[in-house]
Amino acid sequence: MSANGWLQFFVYSIVLLLTVKPVGLYLARVLEGKRTWLDPVLGPVERLIYKLSGVNAEHEMHWRQYAYAVLGFSAVSMVITYAIERLQAALPVWNPQKLSAVGPDLAWNTAASFTTNTNWQSYTPETTMSYLTQMAALATHNFFSGAVGIVVAVALVRGIQRTSSKTIGNFWVDTTRALLYVLLPACVIYALLLVTQGVPQNLAKYTAAHTLEQSSQAQANQTQTIAQGPVASQEAIKMLGTNGGGFFNANSAHPYENPTPFTNFLQMLSIFIIPAGLTYALGRMTGSQGHGWAVFAAMFVLFAAGFTTLYWAESQPHPLLHGASQTTVASGETGNYEGKEVRFGISQSSLFAEITTAASCGAVNSVHDSYTPLGGMVVLTNILLGEVIFGGVGSGLYGMLIFVVLAVFIAGLMVGRTPEYLGKKIDAYDVKMSMLYVLIFPLIILTLTAVFVLSPTIGLPALTNNGPHGLSEILYAFTSATGNNGSAFAGLSANTWWYNVALGWAMLAGRFLMLIPVLALAGNMAQKKSVPPSPGTFPVNGWLFTVLLVGVVLILGALTFFPALSLGPILEHLLLHAGQTF
Amino acid sequence: MHTASTLPQTTSAVATTSAPVHKHSVWGTAVRFTLIVTVLFGLGYPLAITLAAHVLFQHQAEGSLILKNGQVVGSELLAQSFTSDKYFHPRPSAAGNGYDATSSGGSNLAQSNTKLIQRIQGDIDKLSKESGGKPVPIDLVTTSGSGLDPDITPDAAYFQAARVAKARGVNAEQIRTLIGQHITGRQFGLLGEPRVNVLLLNLDLDRISGK
Repeated sequence: MSANGWLQFFVYSIVLLLTVKPVGLYLARVLEGKRTWLDPVLGPVERLIYKLSGVNAEHEMHWRQYAYAVLGFSAVSMVITYAIERLQAALPVWNPQKLSAVGPDLAWNTAASFTTNTNWQSYTPETTMSYLTQMAALATHNFFSGAVGIVVAVALVRGIQRTSSKTIGNFWVDTTRALLYVLLPACVIYALLLVTQGVPQNLAKYTAAHTLEQSSQAQANQTQTIAQGPVASQEAIKMLGTNGGGFFNANSAHPYENPTPFTNFLQMLSIFIIPAGLTYALGRMTGSQGHGWAVFAAMFVLFAAGFTTLYWAESQPHPLLHGASQTTVASGETGNYEGKEVRFGISQSSLFAEITTAASCGAVNSVHDSYTPLGGMVVLTNILLGEVIFGGVGSGLYGMLIFVVLAVFIAGLMVGRTPEYLGKKIDAYDVKMSMLYVLIFPLIILTLTAVFVLSPTIGLPALTNNGPHGLSEILYAFTSATGNNGSAFAGLSANTWWYNVALGWAMLAGRFLMLIPVLALAGNMAQKKSVPPSPGTFPVNGWLFTVLLVGVVLILGALTFFPALSLGPILEHLLLHAGQTF
Repeated sequence: MHTASTLPQTTSAVATTSAPVHKHSVWGTAVRFTLIVTVLFGLGYPLAITLAAHVLFQHQAEGSLILKNGQVVGSELLAQSFTSDKYFHPRPSAAGNGYDATSSGGSNLAQSNTKLIQRIQGDIDKLSKESGGKPVPIDLVTTSGSGLDPDITPDAAYFQAARVAKARGVNAEQIRTLIGQHITGRQFGLLGEPRVNVLLLNLDLDRISGK
């Protein structure tokens, strides 16, 4: 660890903090349907979309209608993505490498993956997906699934905010506004900023370079085929929508996706900026700014703790190597360089890994599979906690609000009173929906992991690493899929029929089976009457609440998975330091 | 399905509408809406960015390619293979069969994987022997995340200086000076780590001492 490494963390945190209020205010304005300064340009586009798609913008939806609309939009866009992947060889444009059609199981897996904001990639993009597929089938979902996350979170916030109401907003209006007023303008500026730093943006054929060293021994060394494409436009929404699906296989480790430390900083900021801003929007819309900040504080505490552990773990020299200098003089950093880029070093790699797994982003700027056992455990644990540490755009907030309901419920039990949350009495239905959300997650992960770990024919042949790390690879895959993260212990060769199909279902279940209880909760909260706070009401702002919320997240999330973690990364750490390798 | 008009209202927007909405209309709307936004965000947005990028920043938009005698020799952002003693070597690569810019990626080997430890230790021993027992900078024996990392640490560049100087028959001090000129510091004095771009360094090397 170095002083400069810590300084980068502090600067990042301060910049993030400074964005929270302005971003939150803007998000609240957009989603409350108020005018923004972009109205003169985007207002006509917005109205045209409503007109062409037959949306009555004044119509308000019951939570079930809202859920149908979410499912309808997701289903239709998933079918379109599947179709483009299967037909890419036959489509006449933007396939300069003449890539063939994507196979059915991979196309299914990828369609599920991008629809659910997961962006798990069982394939090498630069040799699998045409430019058209990348733009029209994959990057579109980066916009759509990000917008869906935002609007579901806002629907839940409306449920908390409204009293005696049967409706929670209009899905089509919310989605259109999130797309047009939030994601699109931000991406236009962001993409061009990325280009200035060196991220390519073209539709040309891959370039054949005649490399400098005229090697006589190996013909292959003389030319290097350089994959390019419309990278910057996709990169922007990949980060801002917490999607994480790389244009290239190496994702944000690839110098074309993430060429400089500055782009790395922007990418890290753009993962958290909307999720963090949404906590402010929560406070704004519910009229309790202190509550918004208390939720922000809980997220930040978990984030700082995760980064500290991860940075420490990755700064440990490998215990079994000798004769190498594992400390770099110029940077003052010691640690694990396998799978990390020199321009980022240990600190920016650790910070990126912490952020991308705390959020449901899943972009990677270093190889998580090659992390130290304890470093790998931190990134895995971030996802296992439910990605509520800022989390995905929208999904982080609604996930955390589920934990808020449970925290309020537990506090109510402790003092023997009916729990209340911002003036609403929490009843059995609310707690049932919250528990459904919390239980579906481990049920899918642990069941599927167990099945694949126990199967020598379909599960184990995909492993690159053996011993406890093999368990971690499979556990990470199903955790990442169900949590809609998309990062991987990428040694797992998951492009097989069984993995593609199972991971595809895990992603869909992890998205929609969890999103529907959230909307049900929103609907139930919205129709309640408001009760004035009494002396027995547990306050949901302030440090006491933050501590309770952090406690609930850690107890519910971590203890569920402790047995699995102890057999994976913890055992690997102990054995490695005892000199045993696999 | 509920209709909005029969429900208790709290917002004025709700009160003004009363059209009953049926389930089947969701699909019609979903299809039309999806098609429209797919065209807008899947074609309109990336093509507009492509156009703007070419007008404003053509060099970067086309991949920061380096031309020498009218031929593309590579990209300043991507590592390429160097094996001769006359050149500085980049980090080892796990991209395809090495430095394959159509198959980026890392080794994905775990810290506890015997293959990883044997590979790194083997490279350490080899480089250490060649350099007379000096400790080997760790980045020079570890693969990067992309397999295309264009940079090495200044430590790793200085480590190779003696070899390059000997192979080219030039003064080692001259090589060390050149390395010094090629060190890129932290961006804005804060971000990332100091580094040396191997391809740019090697191009300059050819310039000062021929091939």
